[in-house]
Amino acid sequence: MFDLEILDLFRAMPGSVAQGLIWGIMAIGVFITYKILNFADLTVDGTLGLGGAVAVMLILAGCPPYLVLIASFISGILAGLITGVLHTLLGIPDILAGILTQIALYSINLNIMGKSNQAVSVDQYDLVVSLRYISEAIMVGVIFLIIIIALLYWYFGTEQGYTIRCTGCNENMSRAQGISTGKAKVIGLALSNGLVGLSGALIAQYQGNADVNMGRGAIVIGLAAVIIGEVIGTAIFGKYMNFALKLLFAAIGAIIYYLVITFVLWLGLPSDNMKLFSAIVVALFLAVPYLKNKYNTSFAKAAKKGAE
Amino acid sequence: MLEIKNICKTFNKGTVNEKVALRGVSLTLNDGDFVTVIGGNGAGKSTMLNAVAGVWPIDSGSILLDGVNVAGLPEHKRAKYLGRVFQDPMNGTAATMEIQENLAIAVRRGKSRTLRPGITKKEKQQFKEMLKQLDLGLEDRMTSKVGLLSGGQRQALTLLMATIQKPKLLLLDEHTAALDPKTAAKVLELSDKIIAENQLTAMMVTHNMNDAITHGNRLVMMSEGQIVLDIGGEEKKKLTVEDLLQKFEQVSGEKFANDQALLS
Ligand SMILES: Nc1ncnc2c1ncn2[C@@H]1O[C@H](COP(=O)(O)OP(=O)(O)OP(=O)(O)O)[C@@H](O)[C@H]1O
Ligand SMILES: [Mg+2]
Repeated sequence: MFDLEILDLFRAMPGSVAQGLIWGIMAIGVFITYKILNFADLTVDGTLGLGGAVAVMLILAGCPPYLVLIASFISGILAGLITGVLHTLLGIPDILAGILTQIALYSINLNIMGKSNQAVSVDQYDLVVSLRYISEAIMVGVIFLIIIIALLYWYFGTEQGYTIRCTGCNENMSRAQGISTGKAKVIGLALSNGLVGLSGALIAQYQGNADVNMGRGAIVIGLAAVIIGEVIGTAIFGKYMNFALKLLFAAIGAIIYYLVITFVLWLGLPSDNMKLFSAIVVALFLAVPYLKNKYNTSFAKAAKKGAE
Repeated sequence: MLEIKNICKTFNKGTVNEKVALRGVSLTLNDGDFVTVIGGNGAGKSTMLNAVAGVWPIDSGSILLDGVNVAGLPEHKRAKYLGRVFQDPMNGTAATMEIQENLAIAVRRGKSRTLRPGITKKEKQQFKEMLKQLDLGLEDRMTSKVGLLSGGQRQALTLLMATIQKPKLLLLDEHTAALDPKTAAKVLELSDKIIAENQLTAMMVTHNMNDAITHGNRLVMMSEGQIVLDIGGEEKKKLTVEDLLQKFEQVSGEKFANDQALLS
């Protein structure tokens, strides 16, 4: 009996890898805002659904599934631009700007799809990825990630890429060095959400439908991926983690996340509790470095030292 | 060179926190002037420098750089004319970026930033030479993150970044205040050297009366948002700390109530 169950787990793993790869593209998008731009961008949840909705509706309208990815990428860029403008031109704090766009996108996505869920069948359309063909999906995911990481590695090494990194690190200094921090933020947000939109398009094709709720909690998965990836990457490569590796590990973080999810589902955790579980994982990963630091330099410890 | 004409700035206008920080400041700097700026806490020294840098818009008046009014330009557009070093060493550099990347950003100040490489091989070579001049061993740590540097090293690097492209005006706002006396002296010496070698026009805010007297060719004292003293030429050369304290009392009718300043 037990052996059979283990086999179940192994059978589920390739699917988790494929899913992780596709969500990994979104994780890289989150990496750009959260890590490089130092901007907690909650647009992501809405953008993922937007990318999915645009993709599915265009496919149903007869567009080739490959071309549709470009449309989803562009739709994501637009979503990022809106958050960017809300924040830089209208002075709305980053988290709130993202939430506003996210909420607006919920209605927009509903409008795009006409109802809350639209399906595309891999039998009818030549989809780029599908859960029916997992090994192909893994290959496509790997190819996409390689291209995206290569392009981003190049881009963040350009003069313009430097302005985004610099803005995320020190805004006052950036302006003193002639960098338009507003422009840098808008570009970063657009790029990030473009990738999230693309990821949404692939996710919709993979699962064979777009749902207005498909992006709910995506930011948490993205953060989990980024943080898990960072912890593991740093453990392996230490200070040799270069920029390409950081991006790669954001994606690897997403794969690990989905493997873990598959594992806990296999253990018997009801899938209704998945989001609760994700939130706890992210909270833990965020809290551990802080608590570790606090423990090492705590008042209680200082008092003890002083009493000795 | 720099002509500040009657600039005013009030913070938080119309609220309980309203604070008039500059009340009609006028100041003209000639090419090559090195002006030291002194004055008590809250006198408006930083505010004057920030007004020139465009951190926020001024309420009235004009700021001319080589005859061009820059008062309408946002901070990042004014940056191409200015080099700035701040009081807090954390402020002038990007901590998570490499030393050479910081320099590459500074060397492009005022130029459009395109999709060309953020740093070139040739630049790396040039930066190495420049860092050697600082004599802090930074030329061997070009790929280190700036966050790993000490405060003094960061200020020296910021100074280099501020002047890597000759600015029309160098603004130093208590840039040695956060350093220990020995490091402060070294950074100040370096500032002198860079200003002299490049014949820069500069303004330096300091609380150290001695430094204010021994550096630069002109001294300006501020009080309550106004310039109350402007000494140059021979008179400046002969100035003593006692003179300054006396002048301050004369001008403002009160004692220079700043222990930091008295200490020096
Ligand atoms: N951004 C700001 N918002 C509100 N008030 C400000 C701001 N900047 C300066 N002030 C106020 O303006 C006055 C002048 O401040 P400023 O920083 O120019 O003084 P300072 O001469 O540089 O003093 P210090 O020697 O302490 O640096 C102070 O009362 C200060 O509180
Ligand atoms: Mg000040």
